[in-house]
Amino acid sequence: MGANRVKPAEEPVIDMHHVDKSFKGHQVLKGIELRIMPGRTRVILGLSGSGKTVLMKHMIGLFRPDAGQIMVDGEDITAMNSAELLNIRRKFGMVFQQAALFDSMTVVENVAFPLREHTKLSEADIMAQAHEKLALVGLMDALQKFPSELSGGMRKRVGLARAVVLKPKVVLYDEPTTGLDPITTENVDHMILDAKEQLGVTSVVISHDVGSTLRIADDIAVIHEGVIVEDCLASEIRQSEHPFVQKFLKTWFEK
Amino acid sequence: MGSMARWTKPVEQLGDWFIGLLMSLGEFAKFTAHAVWLMVRHPWRFRLFMRQAEFVGAGSMFIVVLTGIFTGAVFTLQTVNALQRVGMESMVGTTVVLAVARELGPVLTALMVTGRVGSSMATELGTMRVTEQIDAMEVMAVDPIRYLVIPRLIACLLMVPALTLIFDAVAAMGSYAVAIGLLDIDQGSYLSRIEWYVDPADVVHGVYKAIVFGGFMALVGCYKGYHAEGGARGVGVATTQAVVIGSIGVFMLDYMLTSVLLAWGQIE
Repeated sequence: MGANRVKPAEEPVIDMHHVDKSFKGHQVLKGIELRIMPGRTRVILGLSGSGKTVLMKHMIGLFRPDAGQIMVDGEDITAMNSAELLNIRRKFGMVFQQAALFDSMTVVENVAFPLREHTKLSEADIMAQAHEKLALVGLMDALQKFPSELSGGMRKRVGLARAVVLKPKVVLYDEPTTGLDPITTENVDHMILDAKEQLGVTSVVISHDVGSTLRIADDIAVIHEGVIVEDCLASEIRQSEHPFVQKFLKTWFEK
Repeated sequence: MGSMARWTKPVEQLGDWFIGLLMSLGEFAKFTAHAVWLMVRHPWRFRLFMRQAEFVGAGSMFIVVLTGIFTGAVFTLQTVNALQRVGMESMVGTTVVLAVARELGPVLTALMVTGRVGSSMATELGTMRVTEQIDAMEVMAVDPIRYLVIPRLIACLLMVPALTLIFDAVAAMGSYAVAIGLLDIDQGSYLSRIEWYVDPADVVHGVYKAIVFGGFMALVGCYKGYHAEGGARGVGVATTQAVVIGSIGVFMLDYMLTSVLLAWGQIE
């Protein structure tokens, strides 16, 4: 399978070329080649400790690679200084594993935060936009609550509202379904699909949840011990001949 | 080979420890430089600063006033007792006010604020770090040092000296109450000696120190919290270290500052 099957006419939003990264002598990423195409949902599947979170943090410049090149929207981010990186980050929204909401702020203030920081909108406009995004994730009745008063699934939805409020090109999801019950997992999957459909964003999801991956992915990359061992359309993953991918899928289908 | 390793191991460990120490000092210096650089540049976060100033200043008022009154009072008891032996108890006001203005005011205020504010800064930032709130801020293209550290640093740089002045004032009142009210020292000579021997420069000397202490404890508290790792335990460790390093640092800085300020005073 190997090669990227997406229409060659389109430019990738993120293009990682031969990326290496080591921490304290331990190589976490080994020659990563990965392209994220616009408007699609790419799931990066792997076990805990396979390097997928590190991979994602490279995409927004939270880590710098030891070697290789990372292009975002046609710009090489590996050589950028921190001011330039801040600009690149405005193309992204990120939904964290534990939502990472500011616990000193209410739900609506959390969603308003990026607007306050990066726009000169009036208070009324800020509130209108924050309300609009919270309505999108169905949380209009929780506006004045604090994150500690919400369930895990609700927090994730606030996290998504906050991530998309500045209309980013790409939304990154860090293990969105880890630690959630099956019904909430399905809700979060729908949330990711809705975000793609209604906002037209490109999504990158890192996950070890095969069921959720099959529901939401357009493209899948499987990472194992710092190497991408499979890169294909979601519909093709079950035909993969790589032994690790077969083992990974088998444990799930046997459940 | 084996016996060789047994001898070199302790040396290696000592070397590792020393390198680790130098590296964390370097990291702290980098953190400080970054913070100072941002502090002199726009935009300042006035609202965030006000919230911190209220927490550091108004919030610490009560403990500083109580500490100040009792420090002035007990120091007066001891000093009168000592000075009576040489028949100079009228000098008690001068002695207490000088010691408080130059030494006890800034040091005790800084210690109280370190315990209350430095610890809370480390805990707050540490919790934000381990729950990825600081990462979230970075991803949202907001510099967490500018947003979280600078308002706290400026608040401490301004509020610790202000609290020190309050400490000085209430310590003087505590001293006056004990000396005049309790120990029947002559009021006229108590006050006139203070007027004679105490200079505004003595108070300024203490204020300089308080500015440095305030900046130092804020940076230590923020640095420790900012670099916390490993969940609740990590936050606990960060908080403890912030208070321990902050307090010991205040004493060490106090010695250095005193020698510098005294030498400087003599040149002038």
